[in-house]
Amino acid sequence: MNETLAQILIIVGVLLGTVTIAAGLIYVERKMLAVWQQRLGPNRVGPFGIFQVLADMVKIFFKEDWIPPFVDKKVFVIAPTIIMLSVLMSFAIVPFAPGVVVADLNIGLLFFLAMSSLGAYTIVLSGWASNNKYSLLGGVRGAAQMISYEVFMGLSLMGVVLLAGSFNMTEIVNAQKGMWFVIPQFVGFVIFLIAGIAETHRLPFDLPEAESELIAGFHSEYSGMKFGMFFVGEYLGITLVSSMITVLFFGGWLGPAFLPPIVWFLIKMFSFILFFILLRATLPRPRYDQLMSYGWKLLLPLALLNVLVTGAVVLYNH
Amino acid sequence: MLSSVRSLWMVFLKMFKKRVTIKYPEEKPYLAPRWRGRIVLTRDPDNNERCVACNLCAAVCPTDCISLQATEDENGRRYPEIFRINFSRCIFCGLCEDACPTYAIQLIPDFEMSEYNRQSLVYEKEHLLIDGMGKYHGYSYYDQAGVAVGVKPKGGGENESEPVDVRTLIP
Ligand code: SF4
Ligand code: SF4
Repeated sequence: MNETLAQILIIVGVLLGTVTIAAGLIYVERKMLAVWQQRLGPNRVGPFGIFQVLADMVKIFFKEDWIPPFVDKKVFVIAPTIIMLSVLMSFAIVPFAPGVVVADLNIGLLFFLAMSSLGAYTIVLSGWASNNKYSLLGGVRGAAQMISYEVFMGLSLMGVVLLAGSFNMTEIVNAQKGMWFVIPQFVGFVIFLIAGIAETHRLPFDLPEAESELIAGFHSEYSGMKFGMFFVGEYLGITLVSSMITVLFFGGWLGPAFLPPIVWFLIKMFSFILFFILLRATLPRPRYDQLMSYGWKLLLPLALLNVLVTGAVVLYNH
Repeated sequence: MLSSVRSLWMVFLKMFKKRVTIKYPEEKPYLAPRWRGRIVLTRDPDNNERCVACNLCAAVCPTDCISLQATEDENGRRYPEIFRINFSRCIFCGLCEDACPTYAIQLIPDFEMSEYNRQSLVYEKEHLLIDGMGKYHGYSYYDQAGVAVGVKPKGGGENESEPVDVRTLIP
């Protein structure tokens, strides 16, 4: 009984925690962008503007939720939910602290990869259902980008799996007791970081929604809470990728004992979230063909090489 | 690739720089003396209206937002009967100030002109006319040139010569 109760508590905690963090990122992102652009950022609502999140939420809830007459209604309504769902499902396998994990799957990593591939459906379907050429272009770009970056996202993680000898996230963390995987797997880390940005289609890889060319890409036609779903889905994606980097390369909850494990996890995760925002504040968007050739011609061979070398080293030491 | 990392670092360092934002309603920004803002009609040192209703400002205005009607007082001095500027159309280009031969129309450093009602942005002469000389002190058009309108005798302006008696040949 207690076991079940604890499990339910963990599920509710993870759900509420991640969604709250994702919503809070609206404020964090705006504030940090301002900080890095020598501005002040939101400072009107509440002390330091921290209630800006509430204001934004209230605003987005009261916006008219308009479905244009020319769209494919069913798909149009379903599309935004997929990204929320798939990202939230992925959080099930993230170990936040010893024992604090919703589902300790033995194929956790594969589950994460599968769920992040499902996220591509959001973009494709919403771009298609919007029945608008900009949205369609955004959808097509998004699909191509996510599929090609997924290839070496998976490959870059194979090094970690080889070293840890398991797909299970908890075991991967425990395998990093001696040394964080970022040191032996530095190439894997860099590739995963880049692929992670492309997966969440954040700047500088936000080509599916490039404002300057495609208005808002696949979500041009969305309004109200449906748009909010895309928004929160994107922030959830950042949180997810940051926590995956933490778990896979930076030893998850491991850290000196003076802070509880969950705090270590959150510190590491937030530094990566901040890094994502710093990227957005700095880098311009590449051209689309540059993005694709960069992926296929540079990162894919690099990822393959990384797997090869790691495999050889593991075999040699065996 | 390396340059991207370098720009990441440089943007990160911006964190410790001074903010450039001015918290507007609480802090007022510095406006240069020649800032082009709200338009006023000024008076000359004798407290007469400077405007001679020549219509040059209305003609030069790219948005056609000035309209005025000329009239004359008992001395024959021209002045505008009505003078109307529609500030919802004005783009504060300052061309009217450049065109004005009498320094009557001037743009001053003030931009806080918001209104709830569009009609309130149409300023009439009584809203535009101020009691001072604005940016150009001591200048009076009729002291320099122009017809005699009770300010000076005929040909008495600083840049004028005495009237010539056309009926005699003696210089
Ligand atoms: S500032 Fe420009 S637009 Fe405004 S009244 Fe003068 S000439 Fe017209
Ligand atoms: S304000 Fe100046 S330019 Fe305009 S009518 Fe009067 S004198 Fe002429």
